[in-house]
Amino acid sequence: MAHLNEAATEQIKAICDRYKDEKTPLMMILSDIQREYGYIPLEVQEVVSDKTGISVAEIYGVVTFYSFFSLVPNGKYVIGCCLGTACYVKGAQQVIDKFSEILGIKAGETTSDGLFTIDALRCIGACALAPAVTINGKIYPRVTVKDVEKIVAEYKSKEAEA
Amino acid sequence: MIKTVEELRARIASAEVELKSKYDGSDSKRWLTLCGGTGCIASGALGVQEQFEALIKEYNAGDKVGIRTVGCFGLCSQGPFVRIYPEDTLYVLVKPEDCREIFEKDILGGQIVERLLYKDPKTGKPIAKQDEIGFYAKQRKVALHGVGIIDPTVFDEALGCGAFQGLLRALSMERADVVKEVLDSGLRGRGGGGFPTGRKWSFAMNGDGQKYVVCNGDEGDPGAFMDRSVLEDNPLQVIEGMMIAGYAIGATQGYFYVRAEYPRAVAHLKSAIAMAEEEGLLGDNILGTGFSFHAHVRLGAGAFVCGEETALLNSIEGQRGMPRPRPPFPAVKGLWGRPTVVNNVETLSCVPYILREGAAKFASCGTERSKGTKVFALGGKVNNVGLVEVPMGTTLRELVFDIGGGIPGGKKFKAIQTGGPSGGCLTEKDLDAEIDFDNLVARGSMMGSGGAIVMDEDNCMVEVAKFYMEFICDESCGKCSPCRIGTKRILEYLTRICDGNATMDDLAQLKELASTIKSNSLCALGQTAANPVLSTLAQFEDEYIAHIVDKKCPAHVCKNLMQYVIDKDKCIGCGLCLKNCPVNAISRTDYVAPGHKLASMVIDQNKCIKCGMCMASCAKTKAIEKK
Repeated sequence: MAHLNEAATEQIKAICDRYKDEKTPLMMILSDIQREYGYIPLEVQEVVSDKTGISVAEIYGVVTFYSFFSLVPNGKYVIGCCLGTACYVKGAQQVIDKFSEILGIKAGETTSDGLFTIDALRCIGACALAPAVTINGKIYPRVTVKDVEKIVAEYKSKEAEA
Repeated sequence: MIKTVEELRARIASAEVELKSKYDGSDSKRWLTLCGGTGCIASGALGVQEQFEALIKEYNAGDKVGIRTVGCFGLCSQGPFVRIYPEDTLYVLVKPEDCREIFEKDILGGQIVERLLYKDPKTGKPIAKQDEIGFYAKQRKVALHGVGIIDPTVFDEALGCGAFQGLLRALSMERADVVKEVLDSGLRGRGGGGFPTGRKWSFAMNGDGQKYVVCNGDEGDPGAFMDRSVLEDNPLQVIEGMMIAGYAIGATQGYFYVRAEYPRAVAHLKSAIAMAEEEGLLGDNILGTGFSFHAHVRLGAGAFVCGEETALLNSIEGQRGMPRPRPPFPAVKGLWGRPTVVNNVETLSCVPYILREGAAKFASCGTERSKGTKVFALGGKVNNVGLVEVPMGTTLRELVFDIGGGIPGGKKFKAIQTGGPSGGCLTEKDLDAEIDFDNLVARGSMMGSGGAIVMDEDNCMVEVAKFYMEFICDESCGKCSPCRIGTKRILEYLTRICDGNATMDDLAQLKELASTIKSNSLCALGQTAANPVLSTLAQFEDEYIAHIVDKKCPAHVCKNLMQYVIDKDKCIGCGLCLKNCPVNAISRTDYVAPGHKLASMVIDQNKCIKCGMCMASCAKTKAIEKK
């Protein structure tokens, strides 16, 4: 297996040190790594294991259990389609299907250019805005199938300008 | 830093005067009070706030007009809101471009802007005062006390709205008396189980050594968001409830476990903890009483099963969130093996009220066996979507039609789904049932955490069951086989039914499998996993049979079992559907209907992918229908 370079190893160790006084710090360490780096590959889990004494098997078990933790990097824009009940009864499935159709990927996948990931979310609590879509934290309320194309175009043109 | 009980009382007194002045005009200012809930922010509340700030500057009116952002007003479908005090005028669906009119006409001119008032959905009559709107009229705030009234980021606003008065009273009582007060109130766990909170506390209060209070904020039921609202909009109330629990059972450490999907709730909770620490209300020897308490926040990572209390404890301990067999119950052997009380956010949020106002007042509303109020997240096919808190004993009819304002578009009510994936559907015949824990269970559903999703005639109940089963299948932790394998098999049956490939044998096997899962799973998630099927089967077996025998979906939802059809006599031949069809399934016929100039269209059912674009494009003529 590939190993992390020294600088990256130090960064991961520093994250582990944030919680060195905690009795059971694993979830907090993994949450921070996921938030700051976007994914938690095996090389990183090895470093966490060395530092905390928790076996890689156990860490891998935790990483793969929780849907927020990912072994592979997400796209630059994570399109979170809420599939909570309130959104679902108002047509959220058609919305996520449309994103899949336009981007050519299924939920949980990332486009080959690394720009978009589609994520099926379980209720973000914005039920009054159903169906709701979040893109990197921004909430799009009452999204219709017709809006989907516009939303994707908005981000694509943002990329073209940059 | 508040060091003594007397100092806190004095601070509360001045905070009360200060908060009151923002509502009754005693500070001679007009207050633009904005809703800062997640719903309103997503609908553009921040733009509204910016506009008003600019207008105050433009008119140099800073000494006469103020802006405050408070918590969620509840009626999220009508946001962004602006409420003006001391007159108490409520404007709804406010856009940035409306701000100048409100400011110039109302704030400066003293006239109400009628077009921005809430309109009664039945009469169309504008209503200026929030409390006169049907949505609010039947509500009573206990768990949501202070939500929509205070700015949750300002410590003294919470103090001015009752915060820490319950704790003060608790600290003056014996621990056992605090437990008794909660027992007497009849408070039952609001997270779903409905277990008497005081009983839970009394189990944990015996025994020595380190104990913990854990607040379950892993609100996973899709369609429920009351815990988020309290944590965002009055976090100190939940912290106070946790402290009272800690005092009662003899715990000095508390953990909040909150979903990572709620970043704003986490931020507000953390800032409230920091404020309380700074003021000396969290920490060692609080107010010189000898009581010490520390609160910590832990984040979930997207696992529904962590709402189950033992799975939640495993997650805090850094493990996979898999449930533990009970007994031992957490009250005996919980977090890190120590006695632990796990209470839901809404439950803890009721506790300060009980101590502040007394058990008798809390118990004065509700039913025989369910006291107090319950918060519901009303959603789906209902006019007023949002968060409501009603006394237990309110009927479902009041909830859906008086508070919810009925079904949009004149459609027919079909069912209300309560209790999330573990709950069930209630129908027309249940509408006059009083809402309480036992009543809903007796009718085949449950209270759950308070999600209430309304469905109308356009929802296919088999498909709804399939939706829930997909959710449960996804979220099953995999520890026990009835849930792990059984839910997968159920989903396969349901998929076959929705696709029109099932037989009546399948239906019989589905029923048997559902009851096996119910009686053999380890935790509550598994034991209730089959509920979506059992409940829809009990109420809507005819829909299942229609799918299986007639190969028809009565609600015209399941794609394999429905068709889009053009009524050749209604079609005006405009060609919009033809233009919008993504697969060229539509063509022109030779038939010109009487009175029309152009020949009508027809859909080739073999090519049609049932996307519905044609029907959407024919919204004006309405010549296309689902069959």
